[in-house]
Amino acid sequence: MKQSRIVRNIALGIENLLLHKLRSFLTMLGVVFGVGSVVAMLSVGEGASKEAMEQIRKLGSNNIILSSIKPIEEEQTSTVRAAISIYGLLYNDYARLRDTFPMIRQIAPVKLLRKESRLGPRAMELRIVGTTQTWFELVPREIIAGRELRPEDHAQFNPVAVLTEFGARRLLATQSTIGQKIRIGSDTFEVVGIVKSESGKAGNMQIPDQEVDVYIPLSVARHYFGDIYTRRSSGSFLRERVELHQIIVQIDAIEHVEPAAKAIEQMLERFHPKQDYEISVPLALLRQAEATKRTFNIVLGSIAGISLLVGGIGIMNIMLASVTERTREIGIRRAIGAKRRQIISQFLIETVVLSTIGGLVGIILGVLTPKLITFFSGMPTVLTPLSIFLPLIISIAVGIVFGLYPAANAARVDPIIALRHE
Amino acid sequence: MTIQNGEIVSLRNARKIYQMGTEKVHALDGVNVSFKRGSFWAIMGPSGSGKSTMMNIIGCLDRLTSGQYVLEGQDVGTLDDDNLSERRLRHIGFIFQSFNLIPQLTVRRNIELPLYYLGWDAEKSAERAAELGRRVGLEQRLNHRPTELSGGQMQRVAIARALANDPHLLLADEPTGNLDSATGEQIMRLLEELHEEGKTIIMVTHEPDIAAHARCRLHMKDGQVDRIEES
Ligand SMILES: Nc1ncnc2c1ncn2[C@@H]1O[C@H](COP(=O)(O)OP(=O)(O)OP(=O)(O)O)[C@@H](O)[C@H]1O
Ligand SMILES: [Mg+2]
Repeated sequence: MKQSRIVRNIALGIENLLLHKLRSFLTMLGVVFGVGSVVAMLSVGEGASKEAMEQIRKLGSNNIILSSIKPIEEEQTSTVRAAISIYGLLYNDYARLRDTFPMIRQIAPVKLLRKESRLGPRAMELRIVGTTQTWFELVPREIIAGRELRPEDHAQFNPVAVLTEFGARRLLATQSTIGQKIRIGSDTFEVVGIVKSESGKAGNMQIPDQEVDVYIPLSVARHYFGDIYTRRSSGSFLRERVELHQIIVQIDAIEHVEPAAKAIEQMLERFHPKQDYEISVPLALLRQAEATKRTFNIVLGSIAGISLLVGGIGIMNIMLASVTERTREIGIRRAIGAKRRQIISQFLIETVVLSTIGGLVGIILGVLTPKLITFFSGMPTVLTPLSIFLPLIISIAVGIVFGLYPAANAARVDPIIALRHE
Repeated sequence: MTIQNGEIVSLRNARKIYQMGTEKVHALDGVNVSFKRGSFWAIMGPSGSGKSTMMNIIGCLDRLTSGQYVLEGQDVGTLDDDNLSERRLRHIGFIFQSFNLIPQLTVRRNIELPLYYLGWDAEKSAERAAELGRRVGLEQRLNHRPTELSGGQMQRVAIARALANDPHLLLADEPTGNLDSATGEQIMRLLEELHEEGKTIIMVTHEPDIAAHARCRLHMKDGQVDRIEES
């Protein structure tokens, strides 16, 4: 009963607005564009930050990644032909970290090298990752076939290799490849598994695995390939000695991640006077991304606020004019027995209907625009329920806020004077 | 108080004073009058004598500056704005010289207006509007807009609207003022019918021919009752 009355009042409001179609349409344009731009911007912003956050989360928010980097002064002197540069993380660093930090739950040493590899008739250059089974816990990837590395592979120097999906596809490896031999450089390994790969970057932080990775036990990598790498670069040979390229550390609790990163840095500083390593903390990046997103949302909120304010003022302006124009109608309604609050609700409903329809049209516009952006530029956009409902609620609120004053004006109309009004 | 043939409207020492800058206009200057239930009155008098002012008071559109107005046994002077609206809605039907229909609404919607504020549902209201449309001879015109009607037809719509809430009291301020005499006669016949059905009718008019339809005449002068003719 009560509800059907509200429905009826809204229907009457719409009927009334339809009497002035063009004016009603123009009146709500402000809200249409205000809400439309808010929805569109929210979804573009949400898309960008979601992509960044997802990449960062892939790195593991409990992880700390230590990477070897060539110190700057080394870089400069390396123009000397056949010079050997020695830098980076050491097996000892790995052992020290593992043994001295109780907050470290798991730790994976990583040795990286590139080798021409051959599976049957197919050959390609792969990135060889010498590591332990811990890797697969810190960088969890789905197993497509076979198994991951096991502790005994490392302990017993088993020449086994786990391929990554993408590399496997290029080498035409399948389910049935498990158990076959793969040649890496001049050595032969047994393929024991294939895992799924992830691609992409997280901000400026490379995710630890690549699409063409082959995982082999660290002990085997060290035994077969040693620690010295020869790289050809622009005609000159570059010789480097790097023990470990990466150490991935998982901390037991998220609140320990940042203190642990500090402690690790302090410890490494003592053994590495040259800055030949780098610490990246995905959690810090995540925080940074979240802060950026917050700033973005504040800016967006301000723009949205201003555009909706302008839209609201537009509505108020028209409604004030409409009240003046309909003074006589108001007088008639009052004379017949309408109470002040019934006049208020009549005008308020009209304003809210206007702003709500404006909001809905704006939302449609705001939903379609990001779709077009994604379609034409490939930029990811994400629509969240909040990015739709918040602007809708705001547009309803705009109708109420900016409708109250004209409606109150309407209710103040004196019926006797209004009836004389021509 | 509200016995069948008792007073439906009674004004005691009624004064309405408008402040015009420093000057005071005594639109009603001590009016004592009462109208019996079921009576049919014509209020006459020169322009500015306070006829419309009195109608507005009786119609609960306005309040007295001093004195007492009793409508159906209720002292209206003590009522707040909402309660005055409620009186108008339930007890009074207005008929104006300039019809005062809402031009954007159809005839049906105009007639339904009081019912809307009475909270009737759409179906019952439509039925009632159709019935009243028949009553005033406009059943063919229910879906027209007022602007498509002649003056006489518009006044019939206004009468139908005034009857929608089934009021005891009909107030008509120069109902034929904008009509030619033939059309005016038709409207008067309608009012006479309503009188015969038991409605109390108070009508302002300048025209003696029109006033002749009423059973009683009240002459105003300078905000006061000049004389009363009861027949
Ligand atoms: N709102 C107002 N403010 C000031 N004075 C008013 C107001 N309404 C009416 N008056 C004055 O009160 C007096 C009575 O006016 P009223 O409208 O009642 O006259 P009337 O008898 O209906 O005249 P008419 O026959 O011309 O309609 C007039 O002098 C008028 O100027
Ligand atoms: Mg008058």
